[in-house]
Amino acid sequence: MKEQEHIVKSFEEELEAISTKIAQMGGMAEAQLAAAIDCMARRDIALAERTVAEDRHIDDMEREIEEDTVLLIGKRQPLAVDLRQTISALKISTDLERVGDLAKNIAKRSIVVIGDYETPARLMQGLSRMGRLAQGQLKSVLDAYANRNAEEALHVWRSDAEIDEMYNSIFRELLTYMMEDPRTIGACTHLLFIAKNFERIGDHTTNIAETISYLVTGEMLVDERPKSDQTTTTALSALRENK
Amino acid sequence: MRTAQAESQTETNGAVMNEVPVSSHVKMVARGVDVFYGAKQALFGVDLDIRDNSVTSLIGPSGCGKSTFLRCLNRMNDVIDGCRVEGKIELGGQNIYAPNVDPVLLRARVGMVFQKPNPFPKSIYENVAYGPRIHGLASARNDLDQIVETSLRKAAIWDEVKDRLHEPGTGLSGGQQQRLCIARAIAVSPEVILMDEPCSALDPIATARVEELIDELREGYTIVIVTHSMQQAARVSQRTAFFHLGNLVEEGETDHIFTNPKEKRTQDYITGRFG
Amino acid sequence: MSENVMTTQAATSGFQTDAALARLRRRKMADTRLKMYGLGAIIVALLLLATLVTSLVITGHSAFLQSHVTYPVYLDPDKIDADDPYGSNYRSVVRDAFFALFSDVEGMREQRNLADIISNGAPYILRDEVSADSALIGQTIEFSVPLADPFDQFVKGSVKRGTPEEDRLVTDQQIAWMDKLEADGRISTPFNWGLFVNADSRFPELAGLSGAITGSFFALLVCFLISFPTGIAAAVYLEEFAPKNKFTDLIEVNINNLAAVPSVVFGLLGLAVFLGFFGLPRSAPLVGGMTLALMTLPTIIITTRASLKAVPPSIREAALGIGASKHQVMMHHVVPLAMPGILTGTIIGLAQALGETAPLLLIGMNAFITSAPGGITDPATALPTQIFIWADSPERGFVSRTSAAILVLLGFLVLMNAVAIYLRRKFERRW
Repeated sequence: MKEQEHIVKSFEEELEAISTKIAQMGGMAEAQLAAAIDCMARRDIALAERTVAEDRHIDDMEREIEEDTVLLIGKRQPLAVDLRQTISALKISTDLERVGDLAKNIAKRSIVVIGDYETPARLMQGLSRMGRLAQGQLKSVLDAYANRNAEEALHVWRSDAEIDEMYNSIFRELLTYMMEDPRTIGACTHLLFIAKNFERIGDHTTNIAETISYLVTGEMLVDERPKSDQTTTTALSALRENK
Repeated sequence: MRTAQAESQTETNGAVMNEVPVSSHVKMVARGVDVFYGAKQALFGVDLDIRDNSVTSLIGPSGCGKSTFLRCLNRMNDVIDGCRVEGKIELGGQNIYAPNVDPVLLRARVGMVFQKPNPFPKSIYENVAYGPRIHGLASARNDLDQIVETSLRKAAIWDEVKDRLHEPGTGLSGGQQQRLCIARAIAVSPEVILMDEPCSALDPIATARVEELIDELREGYTIVIVTHSMQQAARVSQRTAFFHLGNLVEEGETDHIFTNPKEKRTQDYITGRFG
Repeated sequence: MSENVMTTQAATSGFQTDAALARLRRRKMADTRLKMYGLGAIIVALLLLATLVTSLVITGHSAFLQSHVTYPVYLDPDKIDADDPYGSNYRSVVRDAFFALFSDVEGMREQRNLADIISNGAPYILRDEVSADSALIGQTIEFSVPLADPFDQFVKGSVKRGTPEEDRLVTDQQIAWMDKLEADGRISTPFNWGLFVNADSRFPELAGLSGAITGSFFALLVCFLISFPTGIAAAVYLEEFAPKNKFTDLIEVNINNLAAVPSVVFGLLGLAVFLGFFGLPRSAPLVGGMTLALMTLPTIIITTRASLKAVPPSIREAALGIGASKHQVMMHHVVPLAMPGILTGTIIGLAQALGETAPLLLIGMNAFITSAPGGITDPATALPTQIFIWADSPERGFVSRTSAAILVLLGFLVLMNAVAIYLRRKFERRW
């Protein structure tokens, strides 16, 4: 259903520009995330450093989008779908900027882990898998935004459970490692943070999914987001018992 | 502090707006209203409820019939030659087009404020006192003074004119004149006030004052306002009705219509996509 | 430097080419021509007006002065009855006192020639003076009496000594007497108040316009009282209440046509209906006023409708919106606001009626009336008909008086129009 164009062309163009910038920013966030996962898997310090440096472009983009939306609201007083679209762009850009920051953080910690410690391959594989999941969520949600598809967005919204499950298991594994061999505490702590960052990225993609659903349907999602993260309640005693 | 109804106060841009709950009591009912100008039909089967103690706004492009519908509510269309109104319009349960209804009395219950401020070329006092006098609401000087002062206070213009009540009404600024016209309409204690694009001839400050006034008046009166400005409708009204080509396309809560309207035509109009 | 850029741009854009400049010149000349035509038209109109007024002034100015002779008159108590001063015979009192000025006049014929000098109305003038103040009886007063018309003309220079005696009304002997009176300083030429205060008379020196002015006043009053309310009511009905159908259109067309009907037709109507059918008194201002009302009515209706139309519909809507009934809207709002226009139209209509002659002639307001009318049913003349009567009279004095009367009529018209303009300016509204 092709939307009819605005009578004022410049309004149409301004709305388009913001959408385009969100897509661009999404692409940049995707690239950063891919680079962070890569540098971890391939133990590439140079890539990691480049990734850290690149993050400022995402920050610049967020500022741009913020300025554009503020101007649009002030100038055009958008209503209905235009209003929802503008507010959504503002919220999504915030989430994408956080994703970028988290990817940078992952790259930074990777530098430390790669450089200083020998980490078991199994752990790195698990983290990579988690990273790919997050990557997949991000790609799906950005596609949903491009297509303005609420169904796709809802799918992403419900799939967050998977990442949470993965996080739970990695969390337990790392705790086990740390309890077994205190020399690994240093490395495992960083790996813990990296895992947490992936999980946070997943949460941000579900935020974006909620925003997209509101954008398309005009209704806020009122259901509880499916959360499977039990790490906040995992007690050490339980782990000891498992062992 | 009202105790009977829950009152909440919300801060909006530093100004405090009282939230009077919208009564579900319906003040005026329109069913199947058709209006003809000669052979040409201007309104097609309009069904609309006007709720008590709330502001209902009628929006739509030029020539869509919103002003025509507004003028049906106080039978001002009667004075237009060749204008025929069919269907039912009820005020407080009574059909206003019944043969035994006197339009003159109806217009005391349903007042009107026009697009271009049109005070009588008389003194400010006389402008406001005229209505009560001809309807026999007051004849003694004291009573009239009382009514004039109350109406001018309610219209938020008393302080500006209290020292020059006997100067001509036409000597005021545009915004003041419009508030004077509102005071004049209030003076006969109507139940409903109709406003036909009341701010379109006013500057932004005067417009803001009138909008503030409308919000205050909501407590005591039912208001129906025709407006070209989407933002004004969004700011001022609780319910909005969208007209297009003589049809009532969509009607609902203002907040809903302006964030997520059901009909595509409504959305196209309010976002400026009308071709 | 910038000029070159400008002219180059202008040249390339086509405004400075020769053809363009020639076109511009032609257009300016056309402007000037139009202005000249307008100016020319105004000048022609003003010249005509000036010619008219000048010729009137030239012929009529002498009528505003009236020559008098002043001489002592003994009010003999034997001849004047103190109990009935009005009924006494003053003729001999006046003549004897005049003869006393000339010691060498004897014989009936010479005395008659001498008595011709003073106006025939002299006894009545003295009568009125004594009746007003009977204490004068027994005294000798200085009596001022107008000269008879031929001698008035002589004093004013229209009758010249040079013309042969057979061709003039004034004999040489009478001229000699006049010279003596002049030498004695008894001749004076004050302002002719009589023109305004006296009623009509056979004798020019005594003739005045008071009858005509009063007759015109009464006629206009009747005209106003009939046409003003009727005209406004008709206009209000047509404008506000009449349904828009063919019948109303017919009425409107007829009213507009009535305004163009020649006034003599109204006179015939008045003659046939008011005098013939209703048997109203002839020459009465009542009938004159009624006939004039018929003529003024269309004008008032048309101007009232225009004034009502000029009231902005926003005022009507405002009044209706507040719950005023149709008649309240009209009476409280529309008519008061249209009143300046209505008044202006009425005054202009009345000014036109003031100058209408033909209908008044036909209903007989050209009778010879020697006293001003006391009421609207007394016979009277009107200013235009009075002019008509005087224009027909043979006496020399009436020539100048006719022009003077026309000037008086013009004066009233200018005054009425000035009032109309003043009212319009004063009440002009800006909505």
